[in-house]
Amino acid sequence: MNVLVVGLNHKIADVEVREKLAFSGSKLEEGLLRFRELPEVEEAIILSTCNRVELYANVRDVKKASEAIRQFLSDFHNIRREALGGALYIYDDVEAVRHILRVASSLDSMVVGEPQILGQLKDAFELGLSKKTTGFLLNKLMKKSISAAKRVRTETKIAENAVSISFAAVELAKKIFSELSTRVFMLLGAGEMAELAARHLIGNGVRDVLVANRTYERACDLAKEFNGRALNFDDFIQEMVHADIVICSTGAPSYILQKTQMQKVMKERKQKQVFIIDISVPRNIDPEINELENVYLYNVDDLQGIVDTNVFERQKEAEKAERIIEEEVETFLKWQSSLDSVPTIKALREKAEEIKNEELEKLLNKLQDVGEKEREAIEYMAAAIVNKLIHPPTAALKEDNENKDLLVAAIRRLYGINGEKSED
Amino acid sequence: MGILLFELALTFYFAATIISITELFKGSKITSKLMFLSVVLGFALHSLSIIYRYFTAGHLPITNPHEATSFFAWCIVLIFFVLHFRYKIGLLSSFVMPIIFLMMLVASFLSRDIKPLSPVLQSYWLGIHTVFAFIGNAAFAMAFGIGIMYLIQEHYVKSKRLGGLYERLPSLQTLDDINYRLITLGFPLLTLAIITGALWAENAWGRLWNWDPRETWSLITWLIYAIVLHARLVAGWRGRRAAILSIIGFLTIIIAFFGIKLIGKGLHVFL
Repeated sequence: MNVLVVGLNHKIADVEVREKLAFSGSKLEEGLLRFRELPEVEEAIILSTCNRVELYANVRDVKKASEAIRQFLSDFHNIRREALGGALYIYDDVEAVRHILRVASSLDSMVVGEPQILGQLKDAFELGLSKKTTGFLLNKLMKKSISAAKRVRTETKIAENAVSISFAAVELAKKIFSELSTRVFMLLGAGEMAELAARHLIGNGVRDVLVANRTYERACDLAKEFNGRALNFDDFIQEMVHADIVICSTGAPSYILQKTQMQKVMKERKQKQVFIIDISVPRNIDPEINELENVYLYNVDDLQGIVDTNVFERQKEAEKAERIIEEEVETFLKWQSSLDSVPTIKALREKAEEIKNEELEKLLNKLQDVGEKEREAIEYMAAAIVNKLIHPPTAALKEDNENKDLLVAAIRRLYGINGEKSED
Repeated sequence: MGILLFELALTFYFAATIISITELFKGSKITSKLMFLSVVLGFALHSLSIIYRYFTAGHLPITNPHEATSFFAWCIVLIFFVLHFRYKIGLLSSFVMPIIFLMMLVASFLSRDIKPLSPVLQSYWLGIHTVFAFIGNAAFAMAFGIGIMYLIQEHYVKSKRLGGLYERLPSLQTLDDINYRLITLGFPLLTLAIITGALWAENAWGRLWNWDPRETWSLITWLIYAIVLHARLVAGWRGRRAAILSIIGFLTIIIAFFGIKLIGKGLHVFL
């Protein structure tokens, strides 16, 4: 019974790699089922977003299972195993739990505090539940992650960060343009933060929306959501002639817009002001473009810099969030360790002894004049009943069983033995 | 009486200037109301002083440097009011009131004597030519102030240091649009002023164009603003470039207006 995380995120993998490993659309369900069918894996969840692909599992042998999962990824996505090489991180035990809790709380996000990741994690969990790929361990862990994320959100100001970044972007747009409702807005790529900023802009009156994405269907989906028009990704530079506000988050590994290209665009649009927000990490737009006249290019760091009026305050909030995560990790581990068979056997025996002693006392108090011999006989009988009743479960727990984790959980539940106060 | 009105107007403009400069550092509703009240009072007194002078002299009071400078300032205040009510631009007064006050201060040092009108000026062209010229130039003066505001705001946005006046200055596009409108107002007026001036010269001296320094400078000014408009429409010179050009344009106007008087005499004897 071990939690295992195998995955990659924006910090360690370029978009090309992320895209290759992504479980998008219908591939997600198929992937999840095949992942669960691996003999080494007992429970499975797949979280696949623009910025991360992560596989969560309950496994018995961490080493074997992580090998199997790598193999599965390479088979499923048709990538050579060597190509996967260093592009994956593998966490188990405390680290795995901590990682999942940090992901859920948006501490691992590109823009710390962005709110969408929790929803995406919930969706991944829901799918696992509906396809029955999860069990007691991951269920508990997911619930824990969600409650930890909620605690982080309510007890710290981390979530304000993402909101304030997209707010800052809108405020800037208002200082560049006199009227947002007549401006044309282009969303280049997708991503949690970009979509949040897009929603903010639209909420502030922008109506004319263009969406370009490497995957045309994704562009169509987003265009529908924002009431805009989907573009062919290859045409985005030509279309920039019309765009006044551009949010870019394609996650390409290099610049997709060079200074000379932008110069041409500016010439064609008669030097009308353009506000470009490059949210991508690494950056997608040549920073030198900011030197062009009437072009205002801001990246995440610039926006963060505007928001960061109080770095110290922010750091304090981050530390607070990490402390909450540590607390939650600890309670989860406590619960998990209570699931071992030895403490369970002990707890079961203690519980039985407790009941036996209580009942004996009651009985002996009622029967006033009981002789020593009878008393011994009664006690002997009680002990025999208890032993006989708890022998089969104890024996089952001692046995090296395939479904031991399940058994432990079942016994604890059936006999009402709690390792931890229930939160649900 | 005329002097008193002028001095009072100057005093109120001075008060408005001081308040509007302090507003750069810290503004409130009270200070901006106080500032605006001072401008309104100053403008009312200023208008009265011009009217008073008109009746005393018996002709339009634009015939000597003092009168001309004072009238120029009056036209700028007039355009300031129009912009103020039309666009409600934050901090506009901080950039325009100093110009107005300085102009009035210069006017206060110039001779205020009312001399008999020279025969050349006794013409209906006086009113037509000068009103075109002054309202046009006042629009350019306003474009100058707006241009400075643009450059400051642009600096904040470009350098990504959004402190200081950033919050209170209007958006770049607003400033750029107003700059463009002011120039499209000023340019035809300047053109008309030059044409009517030429017709007047034809009438007075028998020649349309005399290469008198003021004429030459007006032509230079006209060319600069022609470039501003042409470059904007054809090559998209907007924003920063338009702002810089409108600043340069107004500086040439100032040279034309005050400088020429200092370097020598031309045919525009009255100024």
